[in-house]
Amino acid sequence: MTTSWLLISPVALPLIAAAVAFAFTGRRGVQRRVSTTASLILAALSVVLLVQVSREGILVMQAGGWAAPFGISLVADHLAAIMVVISGVMAAATAVYALADIDPAREAMGYHPLFLVLVAGINGAFLTGDLFNMYVWFEVLLISSFVLLTLGNRRAQLEGGLKYVAVNLVSSLFFLVSIGLIYGLTGTLNMADLAIALRDAPPGLVTVLGMLFLVAFGIKAAIFPLFFWLPASYHTPPVAISAIFAGMLTKVGVYALIRAFTLLFTQDVGWTHQVLLWLSGLTMLTGVLGAAAQNEIRKILSFHIISQIGYMIMGLALYTPLALAGAVFYLVHHIIVKANLFFVAGLVRRVGGSFELAEVGGLYRKRPFLGILFLIPAFSLAGFPPLSGFWAKLVVVLAAVEVRSWAIVAVALVVGLLTIYSMTKIWQAAFWTPAPEGREIGPLPSRLLWVPVAALAAITIVIGLWSGPFLALAEASARELLDPAGYVRAVLGPDAAAALAEVTR
Amino acid sequence: MEVPVAITVGIVFGSGLYLVMQRNLLRFVFGLVLMSGAVNVALFVAGRLTRGIAPLVPEGAKAPPPGSANALPQALILTAIVIGFGLIVFALVLLLRTYERLGTVKTDEMAAHLIDPRPIDPSADSVDVAPLSATDRRALESSAPPAPEDGGSA
Repeated sequence: MTTSWLLISPVALPLIAAAVAFAFTGRRGVQRRVSTTASLILAALSVVLLVQVSREGILVMQAGGWAAPFGISLVADHLAAIMVVISGVMAAATAVYALADIDPAREAMGYHPLFLVLVAGINGAFLTGDLFNMYVWFEVLLISSFVLLTLGNRRAQLEGGLKYVAVNLVSSLFFLVSIGLIYGLTGTLNMADLAIALRDAPPGLVTVLGMLFLVAFGIKAAIFPLFFWLPASYHTPPVAISAIFAGMLTKVGVYALIRAFTLLFTQDVGWTHQVLLWLSGLTMLTGVLGAAAQNEIRKILSFHIISQIGYMIMGLALYTPLALAGAVFYLVHHIIVKANLFFVAGLVRRVGGSFELAEVGGLYRKRPFLGILFLIPAFSLAGFPPLSGFWAKLVVVLAAVEVRSWAIVAVALVVGLLTIYSMTKIWQAAFWTPAPEGREIGPLPSRLLWVPVAALAAITIVIGLWSGPFLALAEASARELLDPAGYVRAVLGPDAAAALAEVTR
Repeated sequence: MEVPVAITVGIVFGSGLYLVMQRNLLRFVFGLVLMSGAVNVALFVAGRLTRGIAPLVPEGAKAPPPGSANALPQALILTAIVIGFGLIVFALVLLLRTYERLGTVKTDEMAAHLIDPRPIDPSADSVDVAPLSATDRRALESSAPPAPEDGGSA
């Protein structure tokens, strides 16, 4: 019973909080308190969930007591639990940052309830064990992200928002039609049940379905060549919204890809994962080259989201225990660091007066603390030891060396170098060179803005210095991902796991 | 029966795709409507088409009669229709608001209209005041509870 509560709470808590916040529309103070309290409790609860999962193995809840595969299952394996923890941490950091970043007008227009619904949708997508239910959670997070992105109606927001909405709606349709076809082929939508049924199905059709899902999830994850909506829209909303989008939303797509290409579509790894490997290399390269051409901090960071997604897909594509562990570790590291860099960009704007590199400068001399807050996530993103990004890159690249995929090793290393170039570009223009004529440097803004940044920077350092336990968690999830029998047994019982073993043989 | 329906789905989906690739965003939204309709029918066909037997469990029996309609895809479609309706309404409202602010619904003309003629307040990402409804403004000035409508979606 307590397990069920624990498993549903990451979804239920933000939804209830959203309803409460919505009921208090117009009472700004109450809404702010509801949103921060709920996010902080959520972070704590999700850690409890992860502890429980690592102690007891995969947790399953059958919604309404309907046995799988007939009802909807909620499943928390290591990967899902880790993602829920990160989303809890991000929600907490964003909720605090937003207190000072989101203007009262946007708050009055419903920022807080929307933010909480977004978090509920993200957690729902991580925890569900049913494909159609995942579609529903995707839509929950999409519709709230649509409104959050365009909240405020600035022209740039509307223009970027249209692209974001248009491409994501097409992606949802692809997802839905793939669900229809997979149901037509197998007669089930429970992912554990699908894992068995798809191994019995004609392999050609299964691969076609896999590619359809690759397009649907690939658009969400912003992989090559489906990423154009991202740099067009992520720099337009306020920083707090950009940060949670940059941290979490594309990663929901990556999570879905990892789930699909470890649990469902593993019949023809030689083809599907080779496609993924090519895509990962191209994603890395186009992302980092796009970033090199930009001169606005948020646009540079947006393109780097794309290049970093490439590393995660690369881990998935290599499909070895080490590579998958690397992909999971990379996910965790990237979410924290990328959101943090967006937060810092917001601080740069407040202190230096602009997001344009040409218009800011001299921040390090005047505000050395801000400089340090930028350097930690920036170095981590670029992969400097001993920060988290170093270990993430190291594990993924080692995995590629292990299977002698030299081309992807070369791409990963070159992209790493170019990432350093981008980060030094921001550092040099915003912090090192003197400020342009007539540019005042403001005081360090409210504590609400820099405390989350410092906290996330501290997490990056902790992951870097004590990487052991984090790597162990990543390896545990990789083991689970490579052995779908465990997932199937947890959801459907031992008989089904035996059936899976039979069809696999 | 499945084959002609499947072909129809293909034609409608293709027409939707054609419209989605237009530069006029209103056509884009119409394309989405067509595509989402086609997808819903595809979901329906995926459950196999049967004629005339409702999936009701007769008294005393434990399962619906053989050859009865598959109820699951219908439940899925119902969900998908509701979600699709919400998304398309949002897309239309967004398009309307964009037309009001940028004066065009053509994607290639938008960039030219993008630069705000008014000076941008450097202190914060200020919000345009115009779309703020009277209710919202009142909510801002005092913390009196506002009317329930017009809550989140600006």
